[in-house]
Amino acid sequence: MIVELDGLSRHFVVRRPTGRFRREKRVVRAVDGISFTVAAGECVGYIGANGAGKSTTIKMLTGILVPTSGRVRVTGLEPVRQRRELARRIGVVFGQRSQLWWDLPLAESFRLLAAIHRLEPAVARARLDRCVDLLDLAAFLDTPVRQLSLGQRMRGEVTAALLHAPRLLLLDEPTVGLDIVSKEALRAFLTEERRVAGTTILLTTHDLSDIERLSDRVVVVDSGRVVHTGGLAGLAAAAGVDRVLVVDLAEPAPPLEGVPGTRFLSAEAGGLRQHLALTGSAAAAVAAVSARVELRDLTIAEPDIESVVRRLYHRAAATRPAGS
Amino acid sequence: MSAAVLPSPRAAAALVRAGFRRYASYRAATLAGAVTNTFFGVVKLSILFAAADAAGGAVAGYDRAALSTYTWVAQGMIAVVVLFGGAELAERVRTGDVVIDLGRPVHPVAVWLAEDLGRAGQACLVRFFGPLAFGGLVFGLSVPRQPATVPLFVVSAVLAVVVSFSCRLLVNLVAFWLLDVRGVLSVYMVASNVLSGLIVPIAFFPGWLQGLARATPFPALVQVPVDIAVERVTGTDALLALAGQAAWAVGLLAAAVWTLHRGTRRLVVQGG
Ligand SMILES: Nc1ncnc2c1ncn2[C@@H]1O[C@H](COP(=O)(O)OP(=O)(O)O)[C@@H](O)[C@H]1O
Ligand SMILES: [Mg+2]
Repeated sequence: MIVELDGLSRHFVVRRPTGRFRREKRVVRAVDGISFTVAAGECVGYIGANGAGKSTTIKMLTGILVPTSGRVRVTGLEPVRQRRELARRIGVVFGQRSQLWWDLPLAESFRLLAAIHRLEPAVARARLDRCVDLLDLAAFLDTPVRQLSLGQRMRGEVTAALLHAPRLLLLDEPTVGLDIVSKEALRAFLTEERRVAGTTILLTTHDLSDIERLSDRVVVVDSGRVVHTGGLAGLAAAAGVDRVLVVDLAEPAPPLEGVPGTRFLSAEAGGLRQHLALTGSAAAAVAAVSARVELRDLTIAEPDIESVVRRLYHRAAATRPAGS
Repeated sequence: MSAAVLPSPRAAAALVRAGFRRYASYRAATLAGAVTNTFFGVVKLSILFAAADAAGGAVAGYDRAALSTYTWVAQGMIAVVVLFGGAELAERVRTGDVVIDLGRPVHPVAVWLAEDLGRAGQACLVRFFGPLAFGGLVFGLSVPRQPATVPLFVVSAVLAVVVSFSCRLLVNLVAFWLLDVRGVLSVYMVASNVLSGLIVPIAFFPGWLQGLARATPFPALVQVPVDIAVERVTGTDALLALAGQAAWAVGLLAAAVWTLHRGTRRLVVQGG
């Protein structure tokens, strides 16, 4: 196992003034007994709403945050005690921070990291050339990092995290704030990196399409607890939140009941636009619909991550034995 | 620190270069700083010359040439040993960006030190040699009589940078315990400016204050290298002075490493 968490918790004590002299002590259970594992070569999406405890978990995996209790092993090492050794084996991208040298040209950061990781110059060169090529970095390699756009910088951050060919890549909200093109470039690159290098990836995100494009499996957290683990296909179904296929038809038609892999939800404009809940593959459903009627346009509305997580959480709460 | 956590020689050199290049990008600030340091050098030296003339040519063993050299070397050292402090690292602790430094495979203190040596090298170019050249042209400097003086001064100046780095690091690391380090930083600034011998040479102080100053690391920042430059301290005494600086450097570095270790244990990184 590349990542093993067993009952991992991290609590923060927050003090907040409640009167002139009194301060109230409150314990925030940011991570509250989380257990899961990630096997070599897997890409796991670690998802949850804002404040669910994702970043806190990632910080414990890198060894910079001391757990309150529980056990954690990353590539077989104990993160807090073996933090620097671990740093040679993992790459980390914090979407809201930078590991690049702000005032220097981007290429300089790569040179520095290659030296810090004691990479053979030829090895570093080859890896860098590949990233420059796949992520289209050439145009701004000589630009100081502080002048890069967010999308350019994030491509640089991912390169920086992968330069030493880590076994595990930890990504905390890597696509937050990115434009569609940069998001897409990053997803394509990470897919390719997995294919070629077999890098294990643990990724937190807000964006369900990141998860769909990249991960084999998800771990859903809410309020510091795991509320769901499993495959992607099951995710929306387990939550009882469906993806919705919206079809615009060439001519008004009666409700599209009984199409395999769908459930009829509603119709608008006298049947010109119909909403079908997807219970199976979208492609099969589209094929089945177009066999019946002529399609003009279609969209698939993804459930947003917040509603998926909320549903899963309520189900977890309902099935949890009373008093626990 | 075991050897495995120290940067390789190649990495150390790259980091020194990075520190150097990083500060090379602030040209206007560098120029403005050099002009300010030179201006205050003129003011300071005029007062010191007046004092020397009133005292019949020399004060506390400094004649006019020595006073000029003292003034211009000291003014030049201001930027090299960052006598006015800085809170960059404290800011990284406050925002949590320090997790990036802690997440590298080499010890952050080694990385920061290498970068700071590069910064000091960059500061030499304009901020040290600028005021010194001006002072030499306009007021004249004492020319070293012994060949050892220049190399001794260079070693002393490098040690001064290491002592200064460690002091600033310790002050900044207070950020792990206090969210606002500005108070600590101002105390450090006043203490270092006065007790380093920047304002007036320590030999001008009353006896008790000289004793107090010599019990701190601050003279190692300015007074020690300057006294070597003006050949007030020579031969074995100079070597002893370097040993004293080295002792401060090692002791303070160790204290900083230990403080960082303690701070890291209680780090609660805010934000994503
Ligand atoms: N340093 C801290 N001090 C106090 N509370 C914190 C700290 N870091 C995180 N928290 C709290 O812990 C919870 C989880 O935070 P986080 O792990 O950042 O969530 P996520 O990354 O999933 O958005 C939130 O309620 C957050 O306010
Ligand atoms: Mg987060």
